[in-house]
Amino acid sequence: MSALELRDVVVDYERRGGGLVRAVAGASLDVDRGRVVGLVGESGCGKSTLARAAVGLVATTGGSVVFEGAPVSTLTRRARPRSLVRLQLVFQNPYSSLNPRRTIGSQIGDGVDASSRAARTARVKELCELVGLPAAAATRFPHEFSGGQRQRVAIARALAAKPSVIVLDEPLASLDASAQAQLANLLRALSRELGLGLLLISHDLAIVRHVADTVSVMYLGTMVETGPTLPLWTSPAHPYSEALIAAVPRPDGRGFLPESLPGEVPDPARPPSGCRFHPRCPYAFDRCRTEEPALVTLADGRAAACWLQAEGSPPAPPAERAANLSAKSTVE
Amino acid sequence: MSLLAVEGLRVRLPTPGGPVTVVDGVDYEVEPAQVFGIAGESGSGKTVSMLALLGLLPERSSVEGSASFGGRELLGMPRKQLREVSGRELSMVFQDPFTSLHPMLSVGQQLTEHIRLHLGLDRRSAEKRAVELLADVRIPAPEAALRAFPHQFSGGMRQRIAIAIALACRPKLLIADEPTTALDVTVQAGILRLLDRLRHEHELAVVLITHDVGVLSSIADTVSIFYAGRVVESGARDAVLQSPRHPYTRALLDALPHPEAAKEKPLVAIGGAPPTPGQIPPGCAFHPRCRYAVDSCRSEVPPLVRVGERRLACPVDPLHA
Repeated sequence: MSALELRDVVVDYERRGGGLVRAVAGASLDVDRGRVVGLVGESGCGKSTLARAAVGLVATTGGSVVFEGAPVSTLTRRARPRSLVRLQLVFQNPYSSLNPRRTIGSQIGDGVDASSRAARTARVKELCELVGLPAAAATRFPHEFSGGQRQRVAIARALAAKPSVIVLDEPLASLDASAQAQLANLLRALSRELGLGLLLISHDLAIVRHVADTVSVMYLGTMVETGPTLPLWTSPAHPYSEALIAAVPRPDGRGFLPESLPGEVPDPARPPSGCRFHPRCPYAFDRCRTEEPALVTLADGRAAACWLQAEGSPPAPPAERAANLSAKSTVE
Repeated sequence: MSLLAVEGLRVRLPTPGGPVTVVDGVDYEVEPAQVFGIAGESGSGKTVSMLALLGLLPERSSVEGSASFGGRELLGMPRKQLREVSGRELSMVFQDPFTSLHPMLSVGQQLTEHIRLHLGLDRRSAEKRAVELLADVRIPAPEAALRAFPHQFSGGMRQRIAIAIALACRPKLLIADEPTTALDVTVQAGILRLLDRLRHEHELAVVLITHDVGVLSSIADTVSIFYAGRVVESGARDAVLQSPRHPYTRALLDALPHPEAAKEKPLVAIGGAPPTPGQIPPGCAFHPRCRYAVDSCRSEVPPLVRVGERRLACPVDPLHA
């Protein structure tokens, strides 16, 4: 059993002026201790909503969110149940997620369960060191720190509660290259050393590739592909994963022009018929327009929701499979 | 002759604690129909060095040096004359297409205002030109788009509209400041392809400012690496990015996730953080973070000198093969 299990989660938002928008339309995800799961997709695909549902910040309409065997309840006016303390969230913007008028130490100390003041101070110092902040940081205020350091503070604050799983919503966006690399390495090391499960939400696939053990690719509220990071990256099974990877620019000085994916994520209130990706898919054929493919298990821990892939078989390059299919249909 | 030649540009901005040097002696040239890329982390002076050319700095800023654009000196040019040059021959696209377009004016109003002001066309010809421009940046249904408002478009489409406005008077030089930073990678790729096509079709020179070396690597012909208000290395893209000679350029490249790196190797992070303007270390500003630093690096500011095909501000030159 995984530490955090999301099964067929559905989240609806009410749109101003009436009408429901299905931001997450049946998505599943597992986070194990000691592993990093990357969740990627374009903006508007529902990944942040799923992250919020995972920690109980938004109510789900359907499906289940289970943390350490118990259902995750939605946050209300009452205190969050004690058992959920071990499930933490780190927000994207460390400029607004920290209180500017309190010291770093007192903010990290909020989550520390200690019997005495001295024990609390010692633990705060330990947490600062764990995330690579100088111990003297505890007595200083957020404005004295850079964006990268503030994000370390936010992570230390999450670690204070001795969590088993941390959900991180775009923790590396808005950071410079050097701070991003430092933090990416830190997350990986923390996950290994503390046996932490991390759900890392990011629109930057290149950084996810370095940090995550497994990747889930989300499109318009559903998972279109999941699998171990490197195999998924080198041979994506879903045309959407393929397009996301082909769009990443390469810093090698060779003038490689990344591929653009035409169109944009459709309005989730009016999802396309059949496969949700078909209007943007270069390989779409008749079946894709009418029937929605389910996420099926392929070989080697991979799964994809695409009519080009066959259940139980190793993932095939979408272009190749599409060419074979159209050749067959012309013969017939 | 270069389209734009900047020499010894030095900018001081007013702060509550007194003037702070943000750009400290920067030189570069932009050739016609070429993409010149500037890369650097936040606070490295890349944006301010461009705003200085357009006269867009806050009051009481001081600017020294020279910036010759098509043979005319931009620095110290009277405001009225500068406004005629910028907007017509020289235009700028900003990072955030959500704030750079006016939310209450239709796309057509924003496009034609510019064309009528600078080119003196009547309304009908201006609208015709506006439709051509929108088609050129690949906005679907350009006639309908003229009557639409910015909020009806996605981020990528808004950035295309901002580019169309910038191109309205057929400028010779487009300054694009982080034009893709707020966009998804899939949309970013489309904007990069658009800029690449425009420079070929319209002989447009582009200054592309970005913190993402991958973006520069895609379309820049020449690049300059900024650190703490100075250029540390510049030259042809292939040379600088494939065989960097400045320790900072090397470190910046090693810190980036590379989509084709063989295994899950950790990223090589640069220790420490970039200095903030006003607290630049003496000597080479990079020396506290540089593993090759020697005594002279701590006291003498290294000049940017020509080394073969590139320019380099590192007399130690430890990466020279």
